[in-house]
Amino acid sequence: MSQELLNSLAIFILAILVGFEVISKVPATLHTPLMSGANSIHGIVLVGAMLIAAEADNPLSYALAFIAMVFGAANVVGGYVVTDRMLQMFKKKPAAAKAGSESATGVSGDA
Amino acid sequence: MSQEWIYTIVFLAWLVGAAAFVIGLHQMNSPATARNGNRLSAGGMTIAVGTTLLYLITRQGGLSLEAWAIILVGFAIGGGAGLYMARTVKMTAMPQLVSIFNAVGGGAAALVAIDDYLRVVGTREEEVATAIFVVLGVVIGCVTFSGSLIASGKLQGVISGKPILIPGGRLVTALLAIVAVGGFLALVFAAGGALTLDVAVQELILLAIIGAGLLFGITMVLPIGGADMPVVISLLNSFTGTAAAMAGFVIGNPVLIIAGALVGASGGILTKLMADAMNRSIVNIIAGGFGGAEGTVGAVAGSTQVREIGVDDAAIQLAYASSVIVVPGYGLAVAQAQHAVRELAEILEDRNVDVKYAIHPVAGRMPGHMNVLLAEANVPYPQLKEMDDINPEFDRCDVALVIGANDVTNPAARRPGTPVSGMPILDVDHAKSIIVIKRSMGRGYAGIDNELYGNPKTGMLFADAKEGLAALIAAVKQV
Repeated sequence: MSQELLNSLAIFILAILVGFEVISKVPATLHTPLMSGANSIHGIVLVGAMLIAAEADNPLSYALAFIAMVFGAANVVGGYVVTDRMLQMFKKKPAAAKAGSESATGVSGDA
Repeated sequence: MSQEWIYTIVFLAWLVGAAAFVIGLHQMNSPATARNGNRLSAGGMTIAVGTTLLYLITRQGGLSLEAWAIILVGFAIGGGAGLYMARTVKMTAMPQLVSIFNAVGGGAAALVAIDDYLRVVGTREEEVATAIFVVLGVVIGCVTFSGSLIASGKLQGVISGKPILIPGGRLVTALLAIVAVGGFLALVFAAGGALTLDVAVQELILLAIIGAGLLFGITMVLPIGGADMPVVISLLNSFTGTAAAMAGFVIGNPVLIIAGALVGASGGILTKLMADAMNRSIVNIIAGGFGGAEGTVGAVAGSTQVREIGVDDAAIQLAYASSVIVVPGYGLAVAQAQHAVRELAEILEDRNVDVKYAIHPVAGRMPGHMNVLLAEANVPYPQLKEMDDINPEFDRCDVALVIGANDVTNPAARRPGTPVSGMPILDVDHAKSIIVIKRSMGRGYAGIDNELYGNPKTGMLFADAKEGLAALIAAVKQV
């Protein structure tokens, strides 16, 4: 294996260990937002899509790169926005601000 | 500036992005810093994507017109669709959406790997290591793509939540595994020069691997019951991270490797935490277990004698209690009754009733989902109590109000030999009095009767969660 690949493997292993450590103390309350947050991070594959788009030189690779761009962008943008929406709800509300108008505007899920 | 300098700056920016992901994830450990953490992570993503574009523009030759079009139009369409869905999704349907985002992420990772392979196959750049990472990235990416779509469909109800058994499922799975492993070996040996294959044959083999991966995702998720979908989605999320890391190896990009490995590992831990909370093992879930009893509404429990309670009786009990613990469950989420329950709680608090919410780790559709729904309805965060904190308080509580929760309150879990045995439960039966709002005597995901309903202290209020709560609110106001 090339030295570059070995370096990459070292990074990979260390990043896995960081991933184990960074999560171990999360309260159950935050499991869903956390999963969604992690979900947005693997949207980094968008960078990969951009790099292959730059190399594309035939119709098939144009198509593959284009779909990869669409998918990756949806993952990144949607992932962060929906996570933020979830976490927004955890923010502490002033005790006085009850019900009424605030909740009516903040609710998109009420059919 | 020279090319080398630009690449160095871009590389450092990627590392900054990666660091932001790690710190951001870490900040999401606590409710107070979680939102900041997500924004930090988003900032890291912006830096990584922005400098990548800068790098592509400034390097020799720049970006071709086609590449510009692919990047800009692709980003606009994908980003726009993602933004729209994320903004408009109902919070009850949010797990499905996360699963869809996960699916496209896995799909993108697979496509990146496929594209790179097609570019190098038959050239001198084709190496054994490339072939290994390409096949891993393609297989994992394809499995998550189709698997996450199925999981999303199950949560949305488009596909039945019941475990769907595929005839000869094991044989199919074994065949798919043989295709994938055989294809893997063929491509690796071909790349190593030990096997001479036409480029066209290698491409066909890759196509077969893609097909096997996609089919495997479907056959893996279909037999799993709807109740286990959160764990499955979390597992697939971890897979997507791994696929992104593999794609990173293929194109030799450090930020993909770091972010992918980070998500792969943290997603794995999260999956285990979720499975533990349901007292299931991941292996058990993947093997397809019990669950998926969504179609049992209206099924009447045979032997259990239950006591029905009227709205007025229930209202009086609540109004004159000194402490009430609300136990919200999936039924509340489905009926979108989170606002109604908050309104009832406020009326009770005005009468000096102490109201708390007991949140089982797997209440709702996902761990933490119930907290999100209640927070959406402006329920004060300090009133939400986790299972271990609230369980001792049931002994002192006057009324436990169970709304659409079933298996997580079943005392049968304390005895061995039932499908829910060993599952941590809320000690609702310790309360002085229990009111259960439920549409029918239908069973929960575990498919067994809830012994709580037969308890003499329990009064059943048969209603849809939202309508039942509305009636209770009106009645409490009258008291």
